[in-house]
Amino acid sequence: MKNQSPKTNENSLTPDAQQALQSAGFSRRSFLQGTGALIVTFSMGDMLAPQTARAQFGGADAASDAPPASQVDSWIAIAPDGSVTAYTGKEELGQGMSTAQTQLVAEELCVPLQRVNLIMADTSMTPDQGVTSGSQSSPANFNRNNLAGAAATARQALLQMASTKLNLSADQLTAVDGEIRSKTDPKKKIGYGELVAGNKFNLKVDTNAPRKPASEWTVLGKPIPRPDMPAMATGRFEYVHNVSVPGMLHGRVVRPNAVGATLVNVDESSVAGIPGLVKIVVRKNFVGVVAEKPWQAVQIASQLKINWAPGPALPNHDTFYDYLRNQKPTRDTLSVNSKDVDQKLADSPTVVKATYYHPYQMHGSVGSSCAVADVQGDKATIWSPTQGVWHQRGSLSLLLGLKPANIRVIYRRGSGCYGINGADAVTFDAALMSQAVGKPVRVQLSRKDEMAWENYGFAFVMDERAGLDAQGNITAWDHEAWSPVLGNRPGYNKPGNVITGMLAGFEPDEFRPRANAPEPNAYNNNGNSVASYMAGQVNGIAKGTGTIKSERSLIHNTKSYFWTGPLRSPQRLQNTFAHESFMDELAAKAQADPVAFRLRHLSNSRLSDAVKAVAKAASWDARPSPSPRAKKTGVVTGRGISCVAYEGDNGYAALFAEVEVDTATGKVTVKHIVVSTDAGPISNPDGLRNQCEGGALQGMSRALGEEVTWDDQNVTSVDWRTYHSLPLGFDVPKVDVVLLNRPDEEATGAGETAITTVAAAIGNAIFDATGVRIRQIPFTPERVKAALHT
Amino acid sequence: MSAITLKVNGTSHTLDLDPTTPLLYALSDDLQLRGPKFGCGLGQCGACTVLVKGQAVRSCITPVETVQGVEITTLEGLGTIEKPHAIQKAFIEEQAAQCGFCLNGVILTAKAFLDKNPKANEKQIQEAMSRVLCRCFTHTRMLRAIGRAKQEMAR
Repeated sequence: MKNQSPKTNENSLTPDAQQALQSAGFSRRSFLQGTGALIVTFSMGDMLAPQTARAQFGGADAASDAPPASQVDSWIAIAPDGSVTAYTGKEELGQGMSTAQTQLVAEELCVPLQRVNLIMADTSMTPDQGVTSGSQSSPANFNRNNLAGAAATARQALLQMASTKLNLSADQLTAVDGEIRSKTDPKKKIGYGELVAGNKFNLKVDTNAPRKPASEWTVLGKPIPRPDMPAMATGRFEYVHNVSVPGMLHGRVVRPNAVGATLVNVDESSVAGIPGLVKIVVRKNFVGVVAEKPWQAVQIASQLKINWAPGPALPNHDTFYDYLRNQKPTRDTLSVNSKDVDQKLADSPTVVKATYYHPYQMHGSVGSSCAVADVQGDKATIWSPTQGVWHQRGSLSLLLGLKPANIRVIYRRGSGCYGINGADAVTFDAALMSQAVGKPVRVQLSRKDEMAWENYGFAFVMDERAGLDAQGNITAWDHEAWSPVLGNRPGYNKPGNVITGMLAGFEPDEFRPRANAPEPNAYNNNGNSVASYMAGQVNGIAKGTGTIKSERSLIHNTKSYFWTGPLRSPQRLQNTFAHESFMDELAAKAQADPVAFRLRHLSNSRLSDAVKAVAKAASWDARPSPSPRAKKTGVVTGRGISCVAYEGDNGYAALFAEVEVDTATGKVTVKHIVVSTDAGPISNPDGLRNQCEGGALQGMSRALGEEVTWDDQNVTSVDWRTYHSLPLGFDVPKVDVVLLNRPDEEATGAGETAITTVAAAIGNAIFDATGVRIRQIPFTPERVKAALHT
Repeated sequence: MSAITLKVNGTSHTLDLDPTTPLLYALSDDLQLRGPKFGCGLGQCGACTVLVKGQAVRSCITPVETVQGVEITTLEGLGTIEKPHAIQKAFIEEQAAQCGFCLNGVILTAKAFLDKNPKANEKQIQEAMSRVLCRCFTHTRMLRAIGRAKQEMAR
């Protein structure tokens, strides 16, 4: 019954590669050079220059010893038996990305799906692709660079090799089923294994290598079932929580008793003699307990007496948004600034203003985060659910004082994370404790330790102002928002960006005030701070998706008391809630149909098409809101719409919501959701549907119930009674997904598009039903009832 | 520490445990089972669910001493990858998961309910599932899979 957890990646390798990996220990280069078939070799000259890496992945500098993304061998290896191993830095986080990447490789290389083995995110083997996040996996690996480019280049190379071997010109050949065959003579063929004969490709990824056109796809674009599903459904799947290493001990963290509290002393005598105690680990403000068994660690941690010096008083939760708006200093960023907004507003016959509020929310993974670390002497092996193994390696090297090359970080799937949950922190926890005892240590956080200290999704206060002319056209739009920040992903060198690193003495990213934002010098709508209806003009070039040329978007970041970081659609979701609610307010003021009013102010056809597709699928009843039947008594229904060009150009979605509002209780029940999505060519329609359905309902839970709360010293939303996630059995709405396939466009993201649009669509539907606008998330019964009856 | 005998998926195991140890810890750590999972440790989310004499029980708050000798079934005990139980098969066919971490609690809670209520309607199924969390929000697929399993299990 004992599992051989740590070997999983290796077990899926060919035997010679396994042997090479074992004998090479931690030296990736010797592993790569030492193998016959599996084979990724490179010289220092091939290394990606840091700037190249930054350009390639849109992230920080790639680790200098990672397999270079420019080389085919970093991504694809063909064994003598013809099996294909593909290496990727983009992880399976639960959304089917491993299935889609396997389909991609099978398609481009023309091999059966079963013959492709995908190795994900392991610093001993895979390229450094930064983090798996932000709907970036499809654009990174499904266009012309990286995995897709490498596979396409490899297919061309195989055709060339076969041309020589078979003495036929390449255009007489075709790749089918892992073989290169003559198009005319079925006897003339050669298998990939024989062609490659244990060698490397030794080729640069050719970004011009022809990709197979979508019209010829036989594997990609199909609803291939996820190969991990049977193991998950039968309890055989290995999560990081199931990783088991011989001699493994169990750690438990003891977090400070208040936000910002610092350690005075630990009374070790308080736990003396408790069975199983191995060591109390203290490093600056970090305290952990290592025990022989997990339940012992829990008991010891609960009995350990610690004196903490209190932290600062926290801002009052009830008046937090006022506090936030007035907080100094700030770091200010302008995304667009046409400099004529005030004048245009003064000239407009009608000016509409509104302020929207979005709370801190949490990732709230259903399984609390877990990691296993084996730090012995100057070497470490880490099994982590982190979204970025190379980032982890860099930060761990600072935390542990080890050379990066001596640390191997292996990704193992955790509970769904939706951004930076406790994964990075718990990996640091395990590493610190393992280093202190010199033995492998597994740590799983308690529910409270997960929820009280994770990097929350951003709180926002957002002011919107816009003018309307006599015809009901928007003349100018101004967006100004305040949002607090502290920490982030740890990246390559910032362990202090999450709780454990900070407790151990590392600083988070420095907060650099900037009271006057510089003028934007390039259009960047990464945070969707620019509403879809703005023209997005910078330096005279309009790259936005809308028509409104008088525009300003200004964000003030302030210092947060709580950790913050990416939570599904960071900033984009909050800004879009404000923009799309406000657009509805403008449509109502102009007495225009919300769909027609949107289309009138959009210039981007893909976003317009997404809106039209949803309107059609939902049989949209074109008329202004509120509904003629809207009232503040009884049970009323209404419908709303919203849309987004995610990050400005990385995926398009629109969402329709039909709600029922019980005006007596304030309870909002979503009855029907229709979401459209355009993510370019669809890799796996069922996977995309699943993601859209999940995004829609997760967005609904966040819109209706989720909010981080605190008292004067501590976070108080620390379990599922105090943080309100909608359970499986609530009134689940009907969810329809309209997929807009764009086979000739580039692949864009799809992970975060649907969720970005949900809150506004629900708020707009509540307005349609009742005539009352709710501008604060979550739309709890108390809040809705209060708004209806004031 | 005491000798505790647990009968799991048809096999008896005698373990040296503190009798107050939650069953989940014995299953995950001592028996290395992958089905039951630690989600909250508070009995709130369902990830740790096991069947005790056919009843869905939250193993994270169930001391081992209270379930000695009684039949405990984990997700592994329902079926295998090669021969999944009808309800497991329904989840596979409906592709009803994302990260899959909650699947254990979802499937076992539904199984225990359907065994006792083979003719349950949609509303009753939703009520039965109302204390189980899925944070990927694959709710629509999961409820569809449970409906499908109901048909299959009725045969």
